[in-house]
Amino acid sequence: MEDLVQLSYSVDTLYFLVMGVLVMFMAPGFAMLEAGMVRAKNTSEILLKNVALFSIASIMYLLVGYAIMYGDGSGWMPGFGFLIGAENTAEEVLASGGDTYYSARSDFFFQVVFVATAMSIVSGAVAERMKLWAFLAFAVVMTGFIYPVQGFWKWGGGGLDELGFLDFAGSGVVHMCGAAAALAGVILLGPRLGKYGPNGQINPIQGANMPLATLGMFILWFGWFGFNGGSELMVSNVDEANAVSQVFVNTNTAAAGGLVAALILARIMFGKADLTMALNGALAGLVSITAEPLTGSNLASLGIGAVGGVIVVLSIITLDKLKIDDPVGAISVHGTCGIWGLLAVVITNSDATIGAQLIGIAVIFAWTFGVSLIVWLIIKAVMGIRISEEEEYAGADITETGIEAYPEFAKS
Amino acid sequence: MKLITAIIKPFKLDDVREALSEVGVQGMTVTEVKGFGRQKGHTELYRGAEYVVDFLPKVKIETAVGDDMLEQAIEAITKSANTGKVGDGKIFVTALDEVVRIRTGETGADAV
Repeated sequence: MEDLVQLSYSVDTLYFLVMGVLVMFMAPGFAMLEAGMVRAKNTSEILLKNVALFSIASIMYLLVGYAIMYGDGSGWMPGFGFLIGAENTAEEVLASGGDTYYSARSDFFFQVVFVATAMSIVSGAVAERMKLWAFLAFAVVMTGFIYPVQGFWKWGGGGLDELGFLDFAGSGVVHMCGAAAALAGVILLGPRLGKYGPNGQINPIQGANMPLATLGMFILWFGWFGFNGGSELMVSNVDEANAVSQVFVNTNTAAAGGLVAALILARIMFGKADLTMALNGALAGLVSITAEPLTGSNLASLGIGAVGGVIVVLSIITLDKLKIDDPVGAISVHGTCGIWGLLAVVITNSDATIGAQLIGIAVIFAWTFGVSLIVWLIIKAVMGIRISEEEEYAGADITETGIEAYPEFAKS
Repeated sequence: MKLITAIIKPFKLDDVREALSEVGVQGMTVTEVKGFGRQKGHTELYRGAEYVVDFLPKVKIETAVGDDMLEQAIEAITKSANTGKVGDGKIFVTALDEVVRIRTGETGADAV
């Protein structure tokens, strides 16, 4: 019996670690997607934002974020502390009879990669015109405080969880949260120069590298199996193994539905098969199913993903009409579809109530958007958040990093 | 007939193209080039090693115009490409001996 408890503990701990590694791989996924969707002259800078934000998230969440999110808070008041805390000893695990079934550090590892995901949503939306160090300053606060507090309210057992708000893997806690922070930044930042013309024109600014963008999307799809699959939190018995399998299939199906729906809609609306809309469509499907990839049937997941694919195309066009410049569509993919994903839970999970879902959406959005806006305003006052006009024309690569991503005319 | 070669800042291309359209210039060829005049470059560091960035990205516009349109075309380019800052570019005008429209075989002023 003891051997079984030890074995289960190992299996479930390993599960967290491996799923966490899959989610970690979403970081290069975002990096490649964003690198492909910006212009050549701004590529090194967005790559640097991505590698740096992952590192900042890893550090800040370790230092304070994890303790805020999973510490000894209650209701609407998160706890406060540092680092990860004590590890489970074999004696404690055996004494618990298997109730303690994974290591503390594996839980931290699985969670820290989610923080990085939320933060990387912001980097895409503010691309090509934000000051690098202003962005990194924001990342410190977002990963150390803003995200952990709203994460506590749901996954840390706080107020939203008590109200019955459901969010399996983070359509709200991760995706909509990131989008809300991004929206606050984008509103203060303003659009890229030349994006919107004087007579309501919307000018396209084409991405420099479609292969990278596509690779990035596929890597994100791949990593999402860890994102949703790992959020089942356990695999070591028949029911759990089946649940995880269902989650994997629903996740894949929703992505596929999202891509096909977005592709068809783009073809109808624009006359051509827009690759970038197809990429956004797959991600929209993934975000949409993330709130509940377990209880719905495989066909229901197809539908939920497809609706996400339709919504994302319409949202991208609408944001442009509202002059909210989002170079990669991050706010539409993660925000608009995050909201849809949270509402769709009511369709597939009988424990969900529309009231609790709406409260969750409102609370997470208001908190993240509000605090982010304040932080962006402070950063703007202290150091400015936007690069100068000359710098924007010359390109962020040469002005912020000194490293050209695609140097031409190399001297031998 | 004259060939106008204009070197301008890349982000001014759309403005210049519109300005030329407005005075009646229909066609042009555009190339991405690098160059410098009095606008000096600067030094950069790559992994600790210094290098000089002399050549700055510019756009070269070539367009053939009839003699009657030359002045308006030059004025259109000058006004729309101007930022007042160093590096705005230059316009070169050369005489064209012959122009041929490949599709129809028209020559001379009809082909411009």
